[in-house]
Amino acid sequence: MAVETKVMNCIMCPMGCELTVTLEDGKFASCTGNTCPRGAKYAQDEVTAPKRMLTGTIAIEGGLLPLLPVVSATVLPKGKVLECAAYLRGVTIKAPVKAGDVVVPNILGLGVDVLASRSMDLI
Amino acid sequence: MNQLYDVIIVGGGPAGLSAAYSAWQNGAKKIIVVERDRELGGILQQCIHNGFGLHHFKEELTGPGYAHRCIELIKDKPEIETMVDTMVLDVLDNKTVIAVNPQKGLIKLEGKTVILTMGCRERTRGAIRIPGARPAGVFTAGAAQRMVNMEGFLPGHKIVILGSGDIGLIMARRMSLEGCKVQACLEICPFSNGLTRNIVQCLNDFDIPLYLSHTIVAIHGEKRVTGITVAKVDEKMTPIPGTEFDIECDTVLLSVGLIPENELSNGLNLAMYPLTNGPMVDQHRETSLDGFFAAGNVVHVHDLVDFVSDEAEIAGKYAALKSQGKLSGDMRTVKVAAIDGVRTCVPQKLSLPADMSDEKIKLFMRVGAPHRKVKLQIKSGDNVLLSKPLPVAKPSEMIAVEIPAAKFNLIGDEISVGLVL
Repeated sequence: MAVETKVMNCIMCPMGCELTVTLEDGKFASCTGNTCPRGAKYAQDEVTAPKRMLTGTIAIEGGLLPLLPVVSATVLPKGKVLECAAYLRGVTIKAPVKAGDVVVPNILGLGVDVLASRSMDLI
Repeated sequence: MNQLYDVIIVGGGPAGLSAAYSAWQNGAKKIIVVERDRELGGILQQCIHNGFGLHHFKEELTGPGYAHRCIELIKDKPEIETMVDTMVLDVLDNKTVIAVNPQKGLIKLEGKTVILTMGCRERTRGAIRIPGARPAGVFTAGAAQRMVNMEGFLPGHKIVILGSGDIGLIMARRMSLEGCKVQACLEICPFSNGLTRNIVQCLNDFDIPLYLSHTIVAIHGEKRVTGITVAKVDEKMTPIPGTEFDIECDTVLLSVGLIPENELSNGLNLAMYPLTNGPMVDQHRETSLDGFFAAGNVVHVHDLVDFVSDEAEIAGKYAALKSQGKLSGDMRTVKVAAIDGVRTCVPQKLSLPADMSDEKIKLFMRVGAPHRKVKLQIKSGDNVLLSKPLPVAKPSEMIAVEIPAAKFNLIGDEISVGLVL
């Protein structure tokens, strides 16, 4: 059995715990150095299928600002982040919107909704 | 006729909003938040990335999401008034605040207490003296952030970021997501000044090289930036001749530090602390001037908004108590000394009442250089008040601790905060 270790920093919160991940035959076996369960989950994802949150903006008409900040409801595949960001550049919605509203359902068919980060009234 | 406010709060960012809510919770009946921008929330409204709120709201939020939470907490409360689009021009030592806005013209507010929560601003090109031409295309990272995230403009297409502070790192990712090419991030220090998670998810994820111990020695271009010359620096941060190389770019974003915004504090002649560029405060976040409190980035630059809120809640609480005459009587002053590897510690002094039952002593500090496996020790004389092992200590990551109430009786004339290596 081939045992390999990788050192990485957790990105789940600003603490940035240093994780040591053990891989057996290329598969996740264990993780040390995390101070919460989110770290272990991150380590496992990172060596199998890395995921990231997506934040960005979409165009909004009739609001105080021309842009509405948005955030993915959950993490999505890291390899799809740039494609999602490019897609958001073509989206326009109309005010009003409430924080937490779904503004782009199921982005690129990935099963993840994109939500409004803030409310914006119609003015 | 002018009304007398219990608490006047200068600045409606996270510190001001958290201070207002805390003042309300602690019995202040007439509170006003004065904000110069067109809406409340401060710089959070342009920080559209996530990672905020894990400590304070126990939930991961975006910047606007965090601002929204703070605004929800204070709205529809008859005791709290907010005034946006209003610039405070002067704060007088009798707690009169002079402001101006387009609707009311010149405004005079009178208060029993004032909380200063003006935040901080970015260091500019002038502050770090970069040689070279003066073409268009050099921005502070935060100005670029506002353009991209709120106004709908791109400052350029081919970007170099000077400084590895968090705003610069976040902007490296943001510009990449908007389809720009980020050529490099340069850092004059031998270590990064941003959070590790931001190095990983903002630079590494997008294959952006980070050059440590490097800086810009020239900016090229006539009308618009066309490129820069970079050099490696020695341990005194002086460029090493012969190490120069060029990078092509049309935009340079500066993320080279933040400065507490204290023009109003300086007018009050508050005692200032040179290492943080902010007012000296005690554990209640009261400044050297009776009835004037300060919290958040105006006191010292934070890396986490959560700690800004924590600190502002302290200021809000004690300003509210002071306005009700519940924070008075003889106080014993205790000096707080940052020693042995700890560069700064806020508060810089303690004002201890005879009755300590209502006291919480929360300290925020930064180390001078990166360390691994050290111990933070708070002592008074030979008595150890707190000892906390730190697996990692970095200058970029503020450390927050609270002195246990059980140790209050051991506090002498001075306490020291230091690292044990």
